[in-house]
Amino acid sequence: MPANPFTLDDLKSILREGAGADEGVDLDADILDSEFDALGYESLAMLETAGRIEREYGISLDEEAFADARTPRALLSLVNERLSSAQAV
Amino acid sequence: MTPATVVTGLGVAAPNGLGLEPYWSAVLAGRGAIGRVSRFDPSSYPAQLAGEISGFVAEDHLPGRLLPQTDRMTRIALVGADWALEDAGVVPQTLPEYDMGVITASHSGGFEFGQRELQALWSKGGRYVSAYQSFAWFYAVNSGQISIRNGMRGPSGVVVSDQAGGLDAIAQARRQIRKGTPLIVSGAIDASICPWGWVAQLASDRISRSSDPRRAYLPFDDDAAGHVPGEGGALLILEDADYARARGARRIYAEIAGHAATFDPPPGSSRGPGLQRAVEQALADADAAPDEVDVVFADAAAVPELDRAEAEALTKVFGPRAVPVTAPKTMTGRLYSGAAPLDVATACLSIRDGVIPPTVHTALSAHYDLDLVSGSPRSAPVRTALVLARGYGGFNSAVVVRAPRP
Repeated sequence: MPANPFTLDDLKSILREGAGADEGVDLDADILDSEFDALGYESLAMLETAGRIEREYGISLDEEAFADARTPRALLSLVNERLSSAQAV
Repeated sequence: MTPATVVTGLGVAAPNGLGLEPYWSAVLAGRGAIGRVSRFDPSSYPAQLAGEISGFVAEDHLPGRLLPQTDRMTRIALVGADWALEDAGVVPQTLPEYDMGVITASHSGGFEFGQRELQALWSKGGRYVSAYQSFAWFYAVNSGQISIRNGMRGPSGVVVSDQAGGLDAIAQARRQIRKGTPLIVSGAIDASICPWGWVAQLASDRISRSSDPRRAYLPFDDDAAGHVPGEGGALLILEDADYARARGARRIYAEIAGHAATFDPPPGSSRGPGLQRAVEQALADADAAPDEVDVVFADAAAVPELDRAEAEALTKVFGPRAVPVTAPKTMTGRLYSGAAPLDVATACLSIRDGVIPPTVHTALSAHYDLDLVSGSPRSAPVRTALVLARGYGGFNSAVVVRAPRP
């Protein structure tokens, strides 16, 4: 794990700021393995989310790997891998 | 027989009234809402007055997912569409999605959103521009968002012809209804009172520079010196008359009985402006004689040469002082694409209540042979109303609104 890992709370605040939150979805429930689609975030919301993660953490995310990360757990893991390798350099 | 297109629901968001009845009571009271711009500091700009909507809180009406992706005009339009559907007693989720379309007009797109993102682009870089900028600024976005929110997949689109677009969109909706789509949400909401929108408006040289709200927008007055921009408009539920009756629509306000659009000749041409032809052709389309028209909702540019052209067109078609003319937009400012749909909504209420709302502040110039309804409303049976709108660049449009057939 990187020194300052990207957490679920970080992700939730980025989602809320960038794309808002669906009233029918409780982001504070156990959402780690829910698909973003089911949480109300379509592809454009995810594009905005990727852009915000990239600029706030100073990393760049591979487009295909990002598209494959369909759940918060997968996305956290992808971002933290990138953060680790960025710090290792 | 061609199916009639009728108005069954009205959603109004105007500077002097948010919602149909608040707007109508303000209009009948002659209560305007022109004041100093509050949405940004106008002190360094030559024009400082606008008709702003106050008290609109998007969070009270719209889901959280929509807020980061919508300009102010789209938020107001979504709520206006909700109100219009509610007024019509239409629950879109219960109707086949291809039976409903959305055709609105737009003057400038989402300028406030666009300005913020362009500022982010030039001050911080492309990574700071919202992904939603891809559509949030776009002319068609109000139609798109209304369509998505309400599950309306029938013929949809946007018409862009400045102020005339508000009527041209209604005409396009009528065409689609004639072709078989039973229900179309139409009309327009514009809202671009932000620095970027403001400088774009100023470039037209038609904006009043007065600082006195009572003297700033004076169509058909000797002191006419441009208009005051406003924000808002109206959304209308238009339906095939038979469909509306079959579903038991609670109310049919009026029929969109006729329309015509014309284009002015280029500057220097010996041909005159096209407004008169638009009026004549719209009347012909409605199969209405000039003496059947009970009121004209004027375009009311408040630019002397344009006022003269409009007054002459009306005098030629109707005769001197032969038809009551009014411009309630003197209370709101010109709402661009939103202006004429608001006038169509107002015409529906005139028909319903038998009253012609007034023009405020204007003292009619002796140069115009018009029966201008000014100061206070005039009681009169209204069966047929003519609504006019002209757009920057030579667009003219006219719509005939008629009391529903029994």
